Amino acid sequence: MNIELILFGAFALLTLLSAGMVIFARSPINSAMALVSTFFFLAGIYVLLWAHTVAVMQVLVYAGAIMVLFLFVIMLLNLGESPTRGRPTLARLVGGAATVGLLAVLVITLLKVPGDAPVMAQEAQATFGTMALLGQTIFTQWLLPFEAVSLLLLVAMVGAVVVAKSRI
Amino acid sequence: MAAEVAARESPNRPMVPITYYLLLAAALFCMGMFGVLVRRNALVVFMCVELMLNAANLTFLAFARMRGDAVGHVSAFFVIAVAAAEAAIGLAIVIAVFRSRGSVLVEDIRTMKH
Repeated sequence: MNIELILFGAFALLTLLSAGMVIFARSPINSAMALVSTFFFLAGIYVLLWAHTVAVMQVLVYAGAIMVLFLFVIMLLNLGESPTRGRPTLARLVGGAATVGLLAVLVITLLKVPGDAPVMAQEAQATFGTMALLGQTIFTQWLLPFEAVSLLLLVAMVGAVVVAKSRI
Repeated sequence: MAAEVAARESPNRPMVPITYYLLLAAALFCMGMFGVLVRRNALVVFMCVELMLNAANLTFLAFARMRGDAVGHVSAFFVIAVAAAEAAIGLAIVIAVFRSRGSVLVEDIRTMKH
Protein backbone atom coordinates (compact mmCIF):
# COMPACT_ATOMS: atom_id res chain seq x y z
CA MET A 1 0.00 0.00 0.00
CA ASN A 2 1.36 3.38 -0.90
CA ILE A 3 0.07 6.78 0.11
CA GLU A 4 -1.10 7.68 -3.40
CA LEU A 5 -3.33 4.64 -3.63
CA ILE A 6 -4.79 5.32 -0.18
CA LEU A 7 -5.51 8.93 -1.10
CA PHE A 8 -7.08 7.87 -4.39
CA GLY A 9 -9.28 5.32 -2.65
CA ALA A 10 -10.44 7.81 -0.03
CA PHE A 11 -11.18 10.55 -2.55
CA ALA A 12 -12.91 8.15 -4.96
CA LEU A 13 -15.11 6.69 -2.22
CA LEU A 14 -16.08 10.14 -0.93
CA THR A 15 -16.75 11.38 -4.48
CA LEU A 16 -19.07 8.48 -5.22
CA LEU A 17 -20.82 8.83 -1.83
CA SER A 18 -21.50 12.52 -2.37
CA ALA A 19 -22.61 11.88 -5.94
CA GLY A 20 -25.07 9.33 -4.57
CA MET A 21 -26.37 11.94 -2.15
CA VAL A 22 -26.85 14.36 -5.06
CA ILE A 23 -29.06 11.82 -6.79
CA PHE A 24 -31.04 10.54 -3.83
CA ALA A 25 -31.46 13.59 -1.56
CA ARG A 26 -35.08 14.66 -1.17
CA SER A 27 -34.60 18.41 -1.07
CA PRO A 28 -32.68 20.31 -3.79
CA ILE A 29 -30.63 22.17 -1.14
CA ASN A 30 -29.19 18.87 0.13
CA SER A 31 -28.44 17.86 -3.45
CA ALA A 32 -26.62 21.15 -4.04
CA MET A 33 -24.50 20.84 -0.88
CA ALA A 34 -23.62 17.24 -1.77
CA LEU A 35 -22.62 18.47 -5.23
CA VAL A 36 -20.26 21.03 -3.66
CA SER A 37 -18.50 18.27 -1.71
CA THR A 38 -18.37 16.13 -4.86
CA PHE A 39 -16.52 18.94 -6.61
CA PHE A 40 -14.06 19.33 -3.73
CA PHE A 41 -13.22 15.62 -3.64
CA LEU A 42 -12.87 15.57 -7.43
CA ALA A 43 -10.40 18.45 -7.14
CA GLY A 44 -8.36 16.19 -4.86
CA ILE A 45 -8.43 13.49 -7.53
CA TYR A 46 -7.28 16.04 -10.12
CA VAL A 47 -4.28 16.91 -7.93
CA LEU A 48 -3.38 13.21 -7.81
CA LEU A 49 -3.37 13.35 -11.63
CA TRP A 50 -0.90 16.29 -11.48
CA ALA A 51 -3.53 18.69 -12.82
CA HIS A 52 -3.07 21.37 -10.15
CA THR A 53 -4.27 24.26 -12.27
CA VAL A 54 -7.46 22.50 -13.29
CA ALA A 55 -8.05 21.52 -9.65
CA VAL A 56 -7.83 25.17 -8.61
CA MET A 57 -10.21 26.16 -11.41
CA GLN A 58 -12.57 23.38 -10.36
CA VAL A 59 -12.81 24.79 -6.84
CA LEU A 60 -13.05 28.42 -7.99
CA VAL A 61 -15.46 28.04 -10.89
CA TYR A 62 -17.50 24.94 -10.03
CA ALA A 63 -17.62 24.88 -6.24
CA GLY A 64 -17.58 28.68 -6.13
CA ALA A 65 -19.38 30.34 -9.00
CA ILE A 66 -21.67 27.67 -10.44
CA MET A 67 -22.86 26.34 -7.09
CA VAL A 68 -23.62 29.86 -5.84
CA LEU A 69 -25.79 30.24 -8.95
CA PHE A 70 -27.61 26.97 -8.13
CA LEU A 71 -28.16 27.91 -4.48
CA PHE A 72 -29.35 31.35 -5.47
CA VAL A 73 -31.95 29.89 -7.84
CA ILE A 74 -33.13 27.37 -5.22
CA MET A 75 -33.51 30.24 -2.77
CA LEU A 76 -35.30 32.39 -5.37
CA LEU A 77 -37.81 29.67 -6.24
CA ASN A 78 -38.29 28.80 -2.55
CA LEU A 79 -38.39 25.06 -3.20
CA GLY A 80 -39.06 22.68 -0.36
CA GLU A 81 -38.84 18.91 -0.33
CA SER A 82 -40.23 17.20 -3.38
CA PRO A 83 -43.81 16.24 -2.43
CA THR A 84 -43.83 12.57 -3.30
CA ARG A 85 -41.53 10.21 -4.98
CA GLY A 86 -43.17 9.78 -8.39
CA ARG A 87 -44.42 6.42 -9.52
CA PRO A 88 -41.89 4.48 -11.57
CA THR A 89 -43.05 4.96 -15.12
CA LEU A 90 -41.92 2.80 -18.01
CA ALA A 91 -39.55 5.49 -19.27
CA ARG A 92 -37.83 5.70 -15.88
CA LEU A 93 -37.45 1.94 -15.53
CA VAL A 94 -35.97 1.72 -19.03
CA GLY A 95 -33.70 4.67 -18.21
CA GLY A 96 -32.40 3.04 -15.04
CA ALA A 97 -31.79 -0.26 -16.82
CA ALA A 98 -30.01 1.55 -19.67
CA THR A 99 -27.71 3.23 -17.15
CA VAL A 100 -26.71 -0.12 -15.65
CA GLY A 101 -26.10 -1.47 -19.15
CA LEU A 102 -23.94 1.53 -20.05
CA LEU A 103 -21.90 1.08 -16.87
CA ALA A 104 -21.30 -2.59 -17.70
CA VAL A 105 -20.18 -1.75 -21.25
CA LEU A 106 -17.89 1.04 -20.03
CA VAL A 107 -16.26 -1.14 -17.37
CA ILE A 108 -15.66 -3.98 -19.84
CA THR A 109 -14.14 -1.55 -22.35
CA LEU A 110 -12.02 0.40 -19.89
CA LEU A 111 -10.50 -2.73 -18.42
CA LYS A 112 -8.88 -3.28 -21.83
CA VAL A 113 -7.12 0.11 -21.74
CA PRO A 114 -3.49 -0.30 -20.69
CA GLY A 115 -3.17 1.44 -17.32
CA ASP A 116 0.56 2.07 -17.61
CA ALA A 117 1.77 5.53 -18.44
CA PRO A 118 4.98 6.03 -20.42
CA VAL A 119 7.82 7.54 -18.42
CA MET A 120 7.92 11.29 -18.84
CA ALA A 121 11.10 13.23 -19.44
CA GLN A 122 12.29 15.18 -16.39
CA GLU A 123 11.72 18.60 -17.94
CA ALA A 124 8.19 17.55 -18.94
CA GLN A 125 7.52 16.36 -15.38
CA ALA A 126 8.66 19.65 -13.90
CA THR A 127 6.23 21.71 -15.97
CA PHE A 128 3.32 19.26 -16.36
CA GLY A 129 0.04 20.68 -15.07
CA THR A 130 1.44 24.10 -14.19
CA MET A 131 -0.29 27.35 -15.01
CA ALA A 132 2.64 28.34 -17.27
CA LEU A 133 2.33 25.31 -19.53
CA LEU A 134 -1.47 25.59 -19.65
CA GLY A 135 -1.28 29.28 -20.53
CA GLN A 136 1.33 28.66 -23.17
CA THR A 137 -0.80 25.96 -24.80
CA ILE A 138 -4.00 28.00 -24.66
CA PHE A 139 -2.55 31.26 -25.95
CA THR A 140 -0.59 29.76 -28.83
CA GLN A 141 -2.15 26.58 -30.12
CA TRP A 142 -5.72 27.13 -28.87
CA LEU A 143 -6.13 30.89 -29.16
CA LEU A 144 -9.13 30.82 -31.49
CA PRO A 145 -11.15 28.37 -29.36
CA PHE A 146 -10.28 30.48 -26.32
CA GLU A 147 -11.68 33.61 -27.95
CA ALA A 148 -14.75 31.63 -29.09
CA VAL A 149 -15.34 30.60 -25.45
CA SER A 150 -15.19 34.23 -24.37
CA LEU A 151 -17.84 35.02 -26.99
CA LEU A 152 -19.91 32.05 -25.76
CA LEU A 153 -19.77 33.35 -22.18
CA LEU A 154 -20.88 36.79 -23.34
CA VAL A 155 -23.82 35.28 -25.26
CA ALA A 156 -24.75 33.14 -22.23
CA MET A 157 -24.65 36.20 -19.99
CA VAL A 158 -26.93 38.26 -22.24
CA GLY A 159 -29.15 35.24 -22.89
CA ALA A 160 -29.60 34.49 -19.19
CA VAL A 161 -30.70 38.07 -18.54
CA VAL A 162 -33.12 38.04 -21.49
CA VAL A 163 -34.66 34.67 -20.59
CA ALA A 164 -35.00 35.24 -16.85
CA LYS A 165 -36.23 38.83 -16.93
CA SER A 166 -40.01 38.97 -16.79
CA ARG A 167 -40.41 42.22 -18.74
CA ILE A 168 -37.76 43.76 -20.93
CA MET B 1 13.22 24.71 -8.45
CA ALA B 2 15.62 21.80 -8.04
CA ALA B 3 13.79 20.62 -4.95
CA GLU B 4 10.52 20.81 -6.84
CA VAL B 5 11.91 18.70 -9.67
CA ALA B 6 13.29 16.18 -7.20
CA ALA B 7 10.00 15.97 -5.40
CA ARG B 8 8.06 15.39 -8.55
CA GLU B 9 10.32 12.93 -10.29
CA SER B 10 10.07 10.25 -7.60
CA PRO B 11 6.73 8.86 -8.86
CA ASN B 12 8.04 8.28 -12.33
CA ARG B 13 5.08 6.19 -13.28
CA PRO B 14 1.65 6.76 -11.77
CA MET B 15 1.38 4.64 -8.63
CA VAL B 16 -2.35 4.27 -9.23
CA PRO B 17 -3.16 2.73 -12.62
CA ILE B 18 -4.88 5.17 -14.97
CA THR B 19 -7.59 2.51 -15.39
CA TYR B 20 -8.82 3.21 -11.84
CA TYR B 21 -9.37 6.86 -12.69
CA LEU B 22 -11.23 5.89 -15.87
CA LEU B 23 -13.44 3.47 -13.93
CA LEU B 24 -14.23 6.18 -11.38
CA ALA B 25 -15.16 8.52 -14.24
CA ALA B 26 -17.40 5.85 -15.77
CA ALA B 27 -19.18 5.31 -12.44
CA LEU B 28 -19.63 9.05 -11.96
CA PHE B 29 -20.98 9.47 -15.49
CA CYS B 30 -23.49 6.66 -14.99
CA MET B 31 -24.65 8.12 -11.67
CA GLY B 32 -25.21 11.46 -13.41
CA MET B 33 -27.07 9.78 -16.25
CA PHE B 34 -29.23 7.87 -13.76
CA GLY B 35 -30.15 11.14 -12.07
CA VAL B 36 -30.98 12.83 -15.38
CA LEU B 37 -33.24 9.96 -16.43
CA VAL B 38 -34.94 9.28 -13.11
CA ARG B 39 -35.22 12.51 -11.09
CA ARG B 40 -38.23 14.80 -11.63
CA ASN B 41 -36.93 18.10 -10.29
CA ALA B 42 -35.40 20.10 -13.15
CA LEU B 43 -32.80 21.66 -10.84
CA VAL B 44 -31.56 18.25 -9.69
CA VAL B 45 -31.48 17.16 -13.33
CA PHE B 46 -29.15 20.11 -14.01
CA MET B 47 -26.93 19.11 -11.10
CA CYS B 48 -26.70 15.61 -12.53
CA VAL B 49 -25.67 17.10 -15.90
CA GLU B 50 -22.84 18.83 -14.03
CA LEU B 51 -21.85 15.45 -12.58
CA MET B 52 -21.66 14.01 -16.11
CA LEU B 53 -19.53 16.94 -17.29
CA ASN B 54 -17.19 16.38 -14.36
CA ALA B 55 -16.86 12.72 -15.29
CA ALA B 56 -15.84 13.78 -18.80
CA ASN B 57 -13.29 16.17 -17.30
CA LEU B 58 -11.84 13.41 -15.16
CA THR B 59 -11.42 11.26 -18.28
CA PHE B 60 -9.66 14.11 -20.08
CA LEU B 61 -7.26 14.61 -17.19
CA ALA B 62 -6.59 10.89 -16.78
CA PHE B 63 -5.64 10.53 -20.43
CA ALA B 64 -3.59 13.74 -20.23
CA ARG B 65 -1.59 12.19 -17.37
CA MET B 66 -1.25 8.95 -19.31
CA ARG B 67 0.11 10.66 -22.42
CA GLY B 68 1.96 13.47 -20.65
CA ASP B 69 0.12 15.94 -22.85
CA ALA B 70 -1.23 19.33 -21.73
CA VAL B 71 -3.97 19.40 -24.37
CA GLY B 72 -6.18 17.32 -22.05
CA HIS B 73 -5.91 20.08 -19.46
CA VAL B 74 -6.91 22.66 -22.09
CA SER B 75 -9.97 20.55 -22.95
CA ALA B 76 -10.94 20.33 -19.28
CA PHE B 77 -10.59 24.12 -19.06
CA PHE B 78 -12.96 24.55 -22.00
CA VAL B 79 -15.44 22.07 -20.53
CA ILE B 80 -15.50 24.10 -17.30
CA ALA B 81 -16.17 27.32 -19.28
CA VAL B 82 -18.95 25.71 -21.30
CA ALA B 83 -20.46 24.26 -18.11
CA ALA B 84 -20.60 27.75 -16.63
CA ALA B 85 -22.45 29.04 -19.70
CA GLU B 86 -24.78 26.05 -19.64
CA ALA B 87 -25.61 26.51 -15.96
CA ALA B 88 -26.40 30.21 -16.45
CA ILE B 89 -28.75 29.62 -19.40
CA GLY B 90 -30.31 26.47 -17.95
CA LEU B 91 -31.12 28.09 -14.63
CA ALA B 92 -32.58 31.12 -16.42
CA ILE B 93 -34.87 28.75 -18.33
CA VAL B 94 -35.87 27.03 -15.06
CA ILE B 95 -36.77 30.42 -13.58
CA ALA B 96 -38.79 31.38 -16.69
CA VAL B 97 -40.68 28.04 -16.64
CA PHE B 98 -41.35 28.35 -12.90
CA ARG B 99 -42.76 31.83 -13.48
CA SER B 100 -45.18 30.72 -16.17
CA ARG B 101 -46.20 27.33 -14.72
CA GLY B 102 -45.41 27.40 -11.01
CA SER B 103 -43.56 24.10 -11.11
CA VAL B 104 -40.04 22.82 -11.74
CA LEU B 105 -41.00 19.16 -12.19
CA VAL B 106 -40.03 17.93 -15.63
CA GLU B 107 -43.28 15.97 -16.02
CA ASP B 108 -45.32 19.18 -15.74
CA ILE B 109 -43.56 20.66 -18.76
CA ARG B 110 -45.27 18.81 -21.57
CA THR B 111 -46.70 21.43 -23.90
CA MET B 112 -44.62 20.24 -26.83
CA LYS B 113 -45.12 16.55 -26.12
CA HIS B 114 -48.32 16.04 -28.11
